[in-house]
Order: sequence, then C-alpha cells, then structure tokens
Amino acid sequence: MSRLFNRLVPHPVLTLLLAVVWTMLQNDVSAGMVVFGIILGIVIPWGTSIWWPDTPKGVRVGKLISYTLLVIWDIVVANIQVAWIVLTVPNSKLKPAWIVVPLELRQPEAITVLAGTITLTPGTVSSDLSDEGHSLLVHVLHTDDPDSVRDEIKTRYERRLKEIFS
Amino acid sequence: MTLEILGYYAVAICLLIGSGFVLVSVIGLLKFNDPMTRLHAPTKVGTVGIGMLLLASIIHSALLGEFSFHELLITAFLFATAPISANFIAKVNIHREACETPPNPPQDDTWSTLNVPEPEQRES
Repeated sequence: MSRLFNRLVPHPVLTLLLAVVWTMLQNDVSAGMVVFGIILGIVIPWGTSIWWPDTPKGVRVGKLISYTLLVIWDIVVANIQVAWIVLTVPNSKLKPAWIVVPLELRQPEAITVLAGTITLTPGTVSSDLSDEGHSLLVHVLHTDDPDSVRDEIKTRYERRLKEIFS
Repeated sequence: MTLEILGYYAVAICLLIGSGFVLVSVIGLLKFNDPMTRLHAPTKVGTVGIGMLLLASIIHSALLGEFSFHELLITAFLFATAPISANFIAKVNIHREACETPPNPPQDDTWSTLNVPEPEQRES
C-alpha cells in the first residue's frame, strides 16, 4: 500500500503545493476544483520527475517556520536600511564589496534557500557558487567591514539552515 | 461602519508606504552608476514595495466582501523568483566584466559561471 502510494505520489509536498496553488488560482474552493488540483498535483510531478532526482529528507518543519518569520522580519528591516542608503549615501562614498562565504551546507536545497535569503536581506545579493559548491559569492552594497557581514550570514542564517536540513 | 473606515485608512497607508518604497527603488536604479550596486535597489526595495501594494489590494477586496487569494499567490511567486532573476543579472555582469572581478574562491578552482570549456572562452 505504501509502495503504491510512493509510486503514485513521489513528492507528496509538491503534490499538495500544486493542488493548493491551483485552488487559489481558481479563487474558488469547490470540490471539483480541489479534485482537479490533486489530479494536476499527481500528473505534473510525473512529467517532471527527471528533474527531481531525490527528495530532501529530514526537514524540521517547526524550525523552518521560525526561520521564515525571522527572514520576513529581516526583509522589512533590510528594506528600510537599503532605502536609507539609497537616499543618503552619495555615489562617491558608497563602498560596495565582494565577499566569499565558505559553505558548510551540502544539500542543494539548503544552499538554494541560503542564497535566496541572502538576496532578500540587508544590502546583499548572492551572485555565484564556486564550481564544486564550497563557497558562495556575495555582493554587498555598502559596508565598512566585509568580514563582519560574512560572519553574520554564517551565524544568523547558515547555522539555522544546518539545523533545519540536518 | 467604523471598521470599514478603518479599513480604508489601512488601504491608504499601505498604498502610500508601498509606492514610497517603489519610488526609492527607482531612485536607486537611476542614481547608482555601477551595474552591481544598481541591482540592489530593485531586488529588495521592490519586494516590500509591491508587497505593500498587494496588501492594500487584499484589504480592499476583503472590504468589498470578495476576498481573493490571487494577491497571496503573486507575493509568493515574487519572493520565489526575485532572487533568481537577481542571480542571473549578477552572473551576466560578471561575464561582461561590467563590475570588479570577484576574488577567487578559497577552496575550489573558479566560480561556476566562469567555468566554461577552453574553446568557448572569450579571447581577451
């Protein structure tokens, strides 16, 4: 029974997400739409299964939710900081810098989440990954001390992500 | 009645904050003179700006009694895709040498975007 379920629904979370997104797109919670969403949620992972080689395992949902709330708060703070920099710092005094963040995370999903978080938070854009995935290239808009930015990324986000994707 | 008035005030405040942030991101785009720093303004300020405009839309449609999920979806898609487009633009900047050359990674050979097979490398 559970093997049949695994064959039918190789990525249960993706199936659920597609069904929910479909129902929200229709803007109408009716039985027909939910059933159609579930059908789409089963068919689309089948058709695209080549691109989903493995399922991330052992994601801690509770910590993921608290991480999401932390990131949303940081996005709001980041926006105010960047707006302030845009309005007050003249071009000649702007100190952009490249920083290299050595990565301890190994799972592609975890690295993707970290890179997305870095792009959305204070004055940083993640630009590239090294060819074997051991470090992340980050561009900082305005900083006096690039090392402290790197340490903040490591302690604030990477440490939490390591706990989530353990 | 009072709830409705409060709602309209909330819509107005959200619209003001949202358009303020969008304005700041446009100023940033125009002001900075280096492609990499210019990238910072729209990726971040834009997300909260558009997020606030969508929040205003949610409150407004809830006031009219036609609650709609579409704004939530737009926010989710925006937050998922903004980092990816920023990442692509950054890679293009590195390739076109429109910015300072990034330092080499400490452990691996090179950055993955610069890791192209020999014959395809640009002659400089």
